[in-house]
This record gives sequence, structure tokens and C-alpha cells, in this order.
Amino acid sequence: MTKQVEEKQEVTIVFAGDSGDGIQLTGTQFTNTNALYGNDISTFPNYPAEIRAPQGTLAGVSGFQLKFGSIEVATPGDDCDVLVAMNAAAFKVNIARLKKHGTIIINSDGFNARDLKLAGYEKSPLEDKSLNDYRTIQIDVTKMTRTALEDSGLGKKEMDRSRNMFVLGFLYYMYSRKLEGTIEFIKLKFAKKPELIEANVNVLKAGYHFGDTSEVFTSRYNVKAASLPSGSYRNIMGNQAAALGLIAASQKSGLDLFYGSYPITPASDILHELAKHKNFGVRSFQAEDEIAAMCSVIGASFGGKLGITASSGPGIALKGEAIGLGIMLELPMVIVNVQRGGPSTGLPTKTEQADLLQAYYGRNGEAPMPIVSASTPSDCFNAAYEACRIALEHMTPVFLLSDGYIANGSEPWKFPSSDELPSITPKFVPTKNDDETYLPYKRNENLVRDWALPGMKGYEHRIGGLEKEIDTGNVSYDPDNHEKMVRIRAEKIAKIADSIPLQKVNHGAEKGEVLMLSWGSTFGVVKTAVKQCNAKGMAVGHIHLTYLSPFPKNLGDLLKNYDHIIVPEINNGQLVKIIRDQFLVDAKGLNKIKGIPFSTKEIVEAIEQKFELA
Amino acid sequence: MSETLTKPLTAKDFATDQDVRWCPGCGDYSILKQVQSIMPELGRDKEDIVFISGIGCSSRFPYYMNTYGMHSIHGRATAVASGLKISRPELSVWIITGDGDALSIGGNHLIHMIRRNFDVNILLFNNEIYGLTKGQYSPTSPEGKVTKSTPIGSLDHPFNPLKLCLGADSTFIARTMDRDPKHQRDVLLQGSKHVGTSMIEIYQNCNVFNDGAFEVFTDKGTKLQETLFLESGKPMIFGAEREKAIALDGTTPRVVNLAEANESDLMIHDETNHFQAQVLTSFFDNPKDEGRLPRPFGVFYAEDRYRYEEAMEEQIAFATEKMGKGNLDQLLRGNNVWTVD
Repeated sequence: MTKQVEEKQEVTIVFAGDSGDGIQLTGTQFTNTNALYGNDISTFPNYPAEIRAPQGTLAGVSGFQLKFGSIEVATPGDDCDVLVAMNAAAFKVNIARLKKHGTIIINSDGFNARDLKLAGYEKSPLEDKSLNDYRTIQIDVTKMTRTALEDSGLGKKEMDRSRNMFVLGFLYYMYSRKLEGTIEFIKLKFAKKPELIEANVNVLKAGYHFGDTSEVFTSRYNVKAASLPSGSYRNIMGNQAAALGLIAASQKSGLDLFYGSYPITPASDILHELAKHKNFGVRSFQAEDEIAAMCSVIGASFGGKLGITASSGPGIALKGEAIGLGIMLELPMVIVNVQRGGPSTGLPTKTEQADLLQAYYGRNGEAPMPIVSASTPSDCFNAAYEACRIALEHMTPVFLLSDGYIANGSEPWKFPSSDELPSITPKFVPTKNDDETYLPYKRNENLVRDWALPGMKGYEHRIGGLEKEIDTGNVSYDPDNHEKMVRIRAEKIAKIADSIPLQKVNHGAEKGEVLMLSWGSTFGVVKTAVKQCNAKGMAVGHIHLTYLSPFPKNLGDLLKNYDHIIVPEINNGQLVKIIRDQFLVDAKGLNKIKGIPFSTKEIVEAIEQKFELA
Repeated sequence: MSETLTKPLTAKDFATDQDVRWCPGCGDYSILKQVQSIMPELGRDKEDIVFISGIGCSSRFPYYMNTYGMHSIHGRATAVASGLKISRPELSVWIITGDGDALSIGGNHLIHMIRRNFDVNILLFNNEIYGLTKGQYSPTSPEGKVTKSTPIGSLDHPFNPLKLCLGADSTFIARTMDRDPKHQRDVLLQGSKHVGTSMIEIYQNCNVFNDGAFEVFTDKGTKLQETLFLESGKPMIFGAEREKAIALDGTTPRVVNLAEANESDLMIHDETNHFQAQVLTSFFDNPKDEGRLPRPFGVFYAEDRYRYEEAMEEQIAFATEKMGKGNLDQLLRGNNVWTVD
């Protein structure tokens, strides 16, 4: 039966199920397929901290939200058009996010008495009138999957593992997508288990055909390619982009990459990605703890490699003393913090921007260092590359701030070619003149010292964590020398402002009533909200900061162009403190601390409120 | 400089212009002298040698060595050296640490360095006290030790450093002392030749906060009675007149009178014998106890095992051979590309 195809500009889907249901994989596959169709996309995986929380419980619900469109997509969407609920718990956790008249695709087998009890339902919500506002499609996915695999010889448990493929096939039919990409993926994933290739492909096709033959739909949907700037694209996740940015910096600077780290959520995927690329000379070292990871980076950097570590808040806290040593030694290195909810162990799998003050101030003594932040999944590439450039050209440890939201989220990336990337020039010592005494802490006009590596004859020198004498680097307890050195180290970081681009107003009004001043992963949602408000005629501008320390030199002037400054952050107000401190402006915070990103609506409402009050 | 090519290096070439600032009479001076004296025998250029230390009195050491050096942070010299060694396997790396630095705050990094068997030399200056912080007990101080932080005596049972290291599968453990320069020099040279992590414990007297901690082993009057100098392939004989020996009674070592002993019962030192090394690390009696065993000095154990940094190089070579040298443009492109016109 041929069905009509209805065009949609954008669609938001939430896949939700038990953490063992393969939800993340289903979401990722659906994303990759739509990416190949040229859609603009933004994704938001949301999963529990427990690897396998008790089955069927609310705590065990894993979700994957994505928005894909033929128009610009800068956020994974507020409310969803389609909710896929594999069981009652997944339904309960996500139903509030479904738009009125939205579609629910239900695995009816996940709503039996036990599932309902675990989800805390006295009676099935499927029999409830409250669902009248939605279009509900009920499928016994378990039964359909088992039927499709009747002759496979697999046990029931193994059969049920393919259930997600049935749902994926069904959605591919619904959105007029071909199965090829996912079939290729299945073949690679199960290359050593041909029986599982066959089973998964069969179930995928069964889901697709069920969409076709059942009378569920009167029409199918299509989302056309987005009109993105011309060029070649791929889909990329934030942590993957960060890893690629680090490798690119290593290749362009001519220095091998040393990556010392200790596994921690949500930063470990950077380690996993880098460990795959040893053929780029990447030395990835899983250290015994966070402190060792940081110290190994210092050793590698002393030896002349591009030393990198990554962690999340708790690990960064442990690295603090060694980062201070890096600052004192004035060696290049990059510390990536993929932020998560804190304090302490906090919310490991949830996102937060609450480590900005830690990056700014979280070390003993006067220990300033540059901070660069990433704003979207693909921007993790640029930010990582830039962090390495600053480290190598200014001989300093650099913080790169990402967070769980963009680290695990994905989007289309118009990837650069290697020759488009700016050059990176490490500050090695010049060729030695025999008569000259090498002064390890002699500086150039940017107050940057030269880098002499073990193995370089005539440059033998000792460095350490004790205060150093100006130029010679010898240990010094002289009071005047200490004060001068503290000021020199601070000025060296401040001077980096000369080598970074001036700040632009990213979107909206160049001057006017309200400025939304954001950093990090709030970029997409603030941009979307500001554009909506501009369309309603409100004079609101959007400035998004990549460089958090030092700030671009013109930032203070830009801030003067607005009557009100709002700083939206996924924390209790951190950038806002620094802005007020450095520029003496009456910036106000807009804060959400729920472990999840802002919705566009929340930002729009905050802007509107400002205009109503004005 | 061509001049240095023809003129062999001497100990003096390894001294720096910095004033040495240990307390007068500190055992560290003797160790510095011996280390500088063996440096020319490494057959390495100065620029290829790196000294890395943590924090403590001994950790000032790199400032006095005219090589590359880093005075890092407390307990972490081993971790810094791990990163350096992975990055630059060809360098000769020396770690200077103390009993507090290596065994207390840096205990974790020490055991992990040992199991990975990086080709480095660890010189553990053991003075059984915290000197730089002015006299608190350390993880090697004996039970009941009265110090500033333990006025009624320490409650901690001490570490036996070499036993700990052997337990972490050390490939080279040795012990020497500041007051026996010749022995020290010999052990340092053997350690420097070992390919893998050489763990050398050096009994070092802190004459200010723990004077005489090792006196029974170093004093002429008691040294011969209380110490056992290990010599490869030779029976373990000691005593003022070399009249005593160690015999194994089953798995239990006993002191026997050499004249009365059956020669075949005597323990013959064999550095490759792991069981014997375990027995020797247990010679850790309090020198005040009756029937005590003498304290062994020398190389206890040496074994050839793969080094982490070499295995890392092999993996990089393997990956490069299998996948080809990394191509950045291919990496950025990935496998699923679409084009927008």
C-alpha cells in the first residue's frame, strides 16, 4: 500500500527504554542515517549512572533525544513530537515532554502488571483517557521480534536483544529512510557473529515492513536536507571531536601526543578515541589515578611532547596541585574538563557548568591559567585545537571546558581540511651558541620562556615547584623577586588576549536593551531563543564566549552597548561573578541547576520578562 | 662541543654552581658524591640524563646535578618520570625520593611504576623520619618511635620497603648505606646497568632528627655482626671474624656457626632466585632482638622483564604497520560523509 508522504520541517524524537534496551545505539543509528540524508541535527543522550539499574524501574530509564530538520537545528528540542517508550517506566519519565497531539510509539509488552508496578502505576496509563490528546501506536515489539526470529535458532533472551532494531526499522519507514546505513553498521558490529548479523537485519526489516503493511499510518513523513553551507559534512560527538582536535594539533605542531588520564564519566570517551589512533604516534596512558595522570603529562611535556589530560570535576580537583606545578614550570599542556553535576561525585551522567570557578581559582597560590570553552559538539574540535595552540605558543597549561551535554551530543560537522587549520609553532630554544649561558626563565615580548628539551646539548637545567629567580630559574626566596614573578606569570596569561580574536556579537542586536552573555554548551539554546525574540521585535543581542580567560580585549566595550546583561548558566552563577568582578557591570544570572540543559522556552521567557519589566 | 667529545666526563662535570644546602653532616652529601662519581661510567652524555625528585630533604638533589632535572611535587616523582619515560624512552632517568615521599604520599605511584617496570633508577633515601618538616615519624619509623607527632610513641607498623617492592613484582631491589661509599658506588653501578626499574634503598642518617637510626649497621664495632653483604654466587657469611653463615632449614633461614655447618646447607646468594629474594627481604628484625638475623646489603634480586615504554613503542609500530601512518585528512573525514552543494 502506497502512502502519502507529508513534509516536515523539523521533528523531535525521544527514544526511551530500560538501560539495557539499546536505546543509545538506536538513537545514534537514527541520527547517523538522518545525517546522511543531509538534515541538520542535534542530539541529547540522557542515561542513568548505573550500568544496569534494576530493570523496569524509573531509575533505570535511558533516553536519547534528537531533533532533525530541514531548517537550522541548534538544540535537541524542548518538547518532542514523537515518544518511543519501551516500557511503562520510560513512558512515565518522558510523557510530560510530549507535545499535545504528539505521537507515542509503545511497546505494549513493556506494560504488563510487573512493569506497571515497578513504574508506580496502579492501572495502565494506556487505558487512561489522558492519552486521548495523543496519537498512540501500540505494538507488541517483543512478540513481533520473536516471530521474525522464529527460525533463527536463537534463545528468547538473545532474540529480545534485537527488539530495538524493530523499533528502528519502524521509524525508518515512518520517516522515509533507507536501511542501508544501519545494515552496514550491523555487519561491522557483529562481524564475528554472522548469526547476529542475520537476526538484527531481519528484525530491522521486519520493523520496516510492519510500518509498510500495517494500517498504522495514513501517511509517511519526510524531512528534507537542510540548507547548510556548502561543503563536506560528517556527524560527530563532542568527545570524539575533542580527540580529533587534539590529534590535529599534534600533527600540525609536529609534536607527538601524550595523553595521560584516569577513566571518569563523562570524559573517558576521549581516552577511548585517542587509544584507537596509535598510528598517529599517540601515546595514551591509563594512569593509576588522576594525580598520576596529571603528573605523567608534566613529565611528557618536559620531554617535549604535546601533553594532554582530561577528566571531570572530581578528577580535576585531584589534579589541582600538579596543575599548579605546570604553571610554575611554565610548560605547555592541556587539561580538559568534561564537566558533570557536582559537588563531590554529584551527578556523574548529568550535565552542569559548575567548574568554571574551579578552573579560574581552583589552585593554591596565585596560579592563573588560560581557559577555553567549547560551545557545541563539533566546536569541541576547534576549542581543543585552540587550547593546544595557546599552550604551545605561550608555554602554559590551558584549561579546556566541555560538559556532558555536548560531550555526548552530536551534530553535523563541516570538517576542515588539514591545510585550513592555523599553524602552531612550539617555542623551542634557538640553536645554541656555545658562549651563551642558557637562562631557562628568560622571556620574549609576550613573557613566554623558551622550551629546552632533555637531549639538547648545552641546555641542561633544573626546574621545579619552588619560586624561581627571574631569568635564571634558580630557587629564590627573595621577597621582591616573588612579587615580581607572581605579576609576570599573571601578565603572561593576560597577554594571550593579544593573540585571540576580538569578540563579536554572535546574533541579534549589536546594541539594545538586553544582552544574553553565555559560554559553553548553552550556545545553541541561547542562539535559538535570541532569534525567536528578535523575530518578535525585541532588541536583544547574543554574545557567546569561547575565551574565558583571558577575555577578548573588546568585551568590556561590548557590554556597554546594552541596558541589561543576562548570563544564563547551568550552575548557581559563576561567569556572572567574574563578569561583575572584572567589568563592574550589573550583570544578572539566569540559572538552572537540574543536571539538564535549558529549554528554549526558559530562555525566551527570561528575555520577555526583562522586556515586560522595562 | 668537540672538546667534550675527546675529553671523558668526570664527577666534577656533574656538579652545579648551586650551594648544597643540606644540614652539615647529613648522609645526603655522601650519596650526592657517589652518584656524581658514577655518572661518567654510564657512558651517556649529560644532556641525556634526567634527575626527577619529589619533595623532602633528598628531593633537593636535582638542583645539584648538572643534567636535566625536575624538582616536582610531593610523592609524584615516579608519576612524572612515567610520563617522561613513555615520551622519551632513550633518556637515562633517575628518581630521587625519600621514605615519606616514596612510601607514604607517593606509595601508589611507586608500586605502579614497579609493576610497569619502566627503565629508570629509583634511589630511596631512607632515614626513617620526616626531616624537612622537622621531625615527625615516617612510614619506615619503628613501632613506638617517639617523635614530635608521636610523643608517646608511634602506633604505626613500619613498611619493609624492599619487601613491598618485591611484592609489587620489582625486577631489581638492592640496599646500601650512606656510610659505606664503596658499597654504595658498587650498588649504584649495578642498578644503573639493570634494564627496568631499579629500586635502591639507601640507609641515610639524619643527624638532626634521627641521628644513629642505622648506627648498628654502620658503626665499626657492630657492623660486621649486624650486616650481611650479599655477593653473587657466594655463601652468605658474616660476623666479626666471618665466622657465621646463613643456612636454610626447610624454608626457614637460621644463623649457623660456619665451622660447624654442613657446606651444602649454606644459602648461596643467587640474584635470580625469587624465593630466596623473598627470604632475604624478610631479614628485617629489630637489631635489639635476640636471635635476630643480620640485615642484608647488596643486590637482592634482578630479573629481566619487558619495559612498559618499549611495549608502547612496539604498539605504535604495530598500529602504524597495520593501519598505515596516520593521515589527518582521512581522520577528519571519517567514514560517513555527505556533501552539501
